Amino acid sequence: MKLKFGIKEVVAIGIGTALFVALTQIQIPTGIPNTYLQPRMAIMAFLAAVFGPIVGAVVGLLGHALGDAMFYGSVWWSWVFPDGLVGLAIGLFAAKYAVKEGGFDKKAIILFNVAQIVVNAVAWIGLAPLLDILIYAEPVEKLFVQGAGAFLGNILIIGILGTLLCAGYSKIGAKSSSLSKED
Amino acid sequence: MAKILSYEEKDTWIHELSGVTKLIFFLLWCLTSMLTYDTRVLVTMLILALIIFKISQTEWKQVGAVFKLVMVFLVFNVLAIYLFSPDQGTAIYGTKTVLFHIAGRYDVTMEQLFYELNVVIKYFTVIPAVFMFLVTTNPSEFAASLNKMGVSYNVGYSISIALRYIPDVQGEFTKIKHAQEARGIEMSGKASLISRIKNTATIIFPLIFSSMDRIDVVSNAMELRGFGKHKKRTWYMGKPLGRNDYLAIAFTVLFSVAALVVTFADGSRFYNPFG
Amino acid sequence: MEPMIEFKDFSFKYRAQKEPTLRDINLTIMPGEKVLIVGPSGSGKSTLAHCVNGLVPFSYAGEMTGTLRVGGKNPADLGLFGLSKIVGTVLQDTDGQFIGLTVAEDIAFALENDNVPQEEMIPKVDEVAELVDVKKLLGNAPRELSGGQKQRVSMAGVMVDDVDILLFDEPLANLDPATGKRAIDLIDQIQKKKKTTILIIEHRLEDALYRDVDRIVVVGEGRIVADTTPDELLVTDVLEKQGIREPLYITAIKHAGCRIQAQDKPMHMETMDLESYRDKVRAWFDKTEGKEKRPDSASALKVEDLYFSYVEGKPILQHIHFDIKKGEMVSIVGKNGAGKSTLSNLICGFYKPTRGTICLNGRDMAPLSIKERGEKIGLVMQSPNQMISKPMIFDEVALGLAVRGTSEDEIKERVHQTLKTCGLYPFRNWPVSALSFGQKKRVSIASILVMNPEVMILDEPTAGQDYRHYTEIMDFLKEINETLGITIIMITHDMHLMLEYTDRAIVIADGHLIADDTPAKVLTNEVIADKAYLKKTSLYDLAVGCGIGNPSEFVERFIAYEREQKKAGKPDKREEEEMRADG
Repeated sequence: MKLKFGIKEVVAIGIGTALFVALTQIQIPTGIPNTYLQPRMAIMAFLAAVFGPIVGAVVGLLGHALGDAMFYGSVWWSWVFPDGLVGLAIGLFAAKYAVKEGGFDKKAIILFNVAQIVVNAVAWIGLAPLLDILIYAEPVEKLFVQGAGAFLGNILIIGILGTLLCAGYSKIGAKSSSLSKED
Repeated sequence: MAKILSYEEKDTWIHELSGVTKLIFFLLWCLTSMLTYDTRVLVTMLILALIIFKISQTEWKQVGAVFKLVMVFLVFNVLAIYLFSPDQGTAIYGTKTVLFHIAGRYDVTMEQLFYELNVVIKYFTVIPAVFMFLVTTNPSEFAASLNKMGVSYNVGYSISIALRYIPDVQGEFTKIKHAQEARGIEMSGKASLISRIKNTATIIFPLIFSSMDRIDVVSNAMELRGFGKHKKRTWYMGKPLGRNDYLAIAFTVLFSVAALVVTFADGSRFYNPFG
Repeated sequence: MEPMIEFKDFSFKYRAQKEPTLRDINLTIMPGEKVLIVGPSGSGKSTLAHCVNGLVPFSYAGEMTGTLRVGGKNPADLGLFGLSKIVGTVLQDTDGQFIGLTVAEDIAFALENDNVPQEEMIPKVDEVAELVDVKKLLGNAPRELSGGQKQRVSMAGVMVDDVDILLFDEPLANLDPATGKRAIDLIDQIQKKKKTTILIIEHRLEDALYRDVDRIVVVGEGRIVADTTPDELLVTDVLEKQGIREPLYITAIKHAGCRIQAQDKPMHMETMDLESYRDKVRAWFDKTEGKEKRPDSASALKVEDLYFSYVEGKPILQHIHFDIKKGEMVSIVGKNGAGKSTLSNLICGFYKPTRGTICLNGRDMAPLSIKERGEKIGLVMQSPNQMISKPMIFDEVALGLAVRGTSEDEIKERVHQTLKTCGLYPFRNWPVSALSFGQKKRVSIASILVMNPEVMILDEPTAGQDYRHYTEIMDFLKEINETLGITIIMITHDMHLMLEYTDRAIVIADGHLIADDTPAKVLTNEVIADKAYLKKTSLYDLAVGCGIGNPSEFVERFIAYEREQKKAGKPDKREEEEMRADG
């Protein structure tokens, strides 16, 4: 586990949160009502994969709370915490993905995606509706439909864009000594 | 880019309060509003929130655009609740006073209207608090006061860096998006979902990679200027808590406790006018 | 007196590399000295600087041999924090170094980290802010500052620590010429006032020499190849051999067939004794031919009566009008924030003009979408990192065609053709990450070129590149301009670029068009140069100093002569471009 917390992590949280907040309003409609793909989730997953669980969790929590507050004038706490949970869980296996070291191979991709699907299920079909029931006493059916939408959107965007980001960045770290010019 | 809520300097006692005081107020206020469904408490909170909003001299032009957006969400949410569960009010309050019938299982009941009114007031108690917190808290002083409260200065500085770089990242995003659009890459449009994600990726990629470079530069710069050297650090913008801070914190705590006592006195978080 | 910095038989090898980056360095710098360190990219000059401020080996690990003393102490004993009390570093990236939310906090940053009480901090910050002239800006956020102001804040931020050594890493890279001049002047004042030891790393030698320096150290391939006074250095051919650009007036005097003597003080144009060169320079002027006028062609891009503002009553651009002809190579110049980028945003259709028209080939472009414009007008951003979004070179260049639904065969053919034009064909199956910065730049140009645009707009095409890479990119652009007939517009504040590679300069200051003329005329006109934050070229002073009546004609002839020489003499350098090893 990458639990190191130095200057780089402080800065990664700061700039990561800035990225997350700045992309709050960038949403891709899926065609399914009320379900949007949020590229910011992929960015959080990427940062968690590179910098570990603390950076992942704080970017999720802080980014979501700040983004909600600055763009929408309210904070939906019941959705802030699940976001933090997703970042945390994906980050737990950061050392195994070895993104920076160029080790984001097939095995890592599978691990990354298993982790994100499991934690997204826990977060959006479990935690978020639960918090919503406790806090807002809203109808259970509505909350689970909403939660399922978020689950679907998030596993899609993290699965595609998140994986692409990690793989792309990992390639940059890879050694390039085997290259030769062609005619 | 949409207008986002940000700090504006003004001369009121709310602006003068320490960032921590406002954070404590904000968090306890949200917590109280989350826990209670007691209409009497919610209405009191709404009135107080509006008074505080007024004192903070926040102007419509600072928050108007965001407010309209919240309203749209609110309307959607209220309608969604009704669509999914037209009898939520009855389930909560135990009675069913039908005003008129629409179709199928959709009756309009007094209980449902009252329940949804409470949901709306709940939103409205929080919105002025968020506005007030964001437009009256000097971000520079905020990190300092968090650290004073015992939060690690690393965390305080992370927040400070986030606030520092949000405008830069937004600007960079717009630039990259434009350049890619000129190459023919659009994020919206009629393309299939997969190609929309791919197109978004072509904008996010350069943004992420330049941000990763930036993380390196900024951490080098901080290291070269001695960040993280000692267990503690001082703050240029730090401000000791004043009399008003203690009064405000005391009021917030007392109010929250009182509100929760009133709410749960009868064993339920709901105020039931029907029983 | 004890030396401030002392390298003795010093070598350094990065952990990841096979060969040492620095070899056998022997260098002594005394307290209060002002030393300029020059050398091409990859020469090791940045590594040398990093050894002084401690980033090597504390952030970038590796092996060292020999000894190094900074402030009389061993850096290994001091650690990065200890060194930061002795050496203050001003980084090239002024945005990256600006950490605080406001100017005052950023200046105070080092003091905060050192637990200085607030009561002491505030007067100290005021004092340093006064010194670098940012006192009025203490409450401002970084986005409200210009590049020059940010740099001064960075200087203040390291000077609050009362450091003995100030290290400047390419201080001129992101500044317009006039602001750069001011920065060099400020560094000079600080050194005189505080007796600080100053190290400046810079490859823009002429601009860095705007004020006296005691010594110039030339680094080449990891070794020190010269360590002498500016006057002595300018007499030799060391600079030329290392691929560092000499001051233009020096080059001109050499063209005239003179041997420069150190006792004539060639360090500054203004104070150089021209007595023994005057006649030869004049003779050279008389016998050299000027540029031939290019025949007029049809209009490519015509802007008429263009106005733009975000908020009513606060115009960003006013009454802009020009007509760029087919096949021209034009520069748009002016200080940062004058409206240059807004202009390119309007041309590309990112924003709509408040008033006025932009015509391509005589047709109003108003009804065209961004994408449609993008097929005719290509935009290349300043940093290739802002554009490149595919890991593989082929895919990156193919992107614009792929999203337009071009058939796979055609994509392959056009991409290969473009890669050949750009000299990237041998690398077509490489990942972008294996390329050098200059090659990446070329990939980003190729990815635009592949769409066969009629006009190409480049934002600061040479920013942050040394003379060799600069020449490479610009020669390449010139080539596509000439062979493919593409009209090229460059937004820049690089005076060399506009002078040497463009036939025409459109000058914008404070949202107004203030000149549309040959670069030679613009750069010999003090009023225009001042308004646009450019500076007069030293060739002008040379011409005046030699009693030549028409200085702008002198500049024209100098440029024409240089171009002739280049055509006649130098082989195509691209053939031998090596694969990146340094970074």
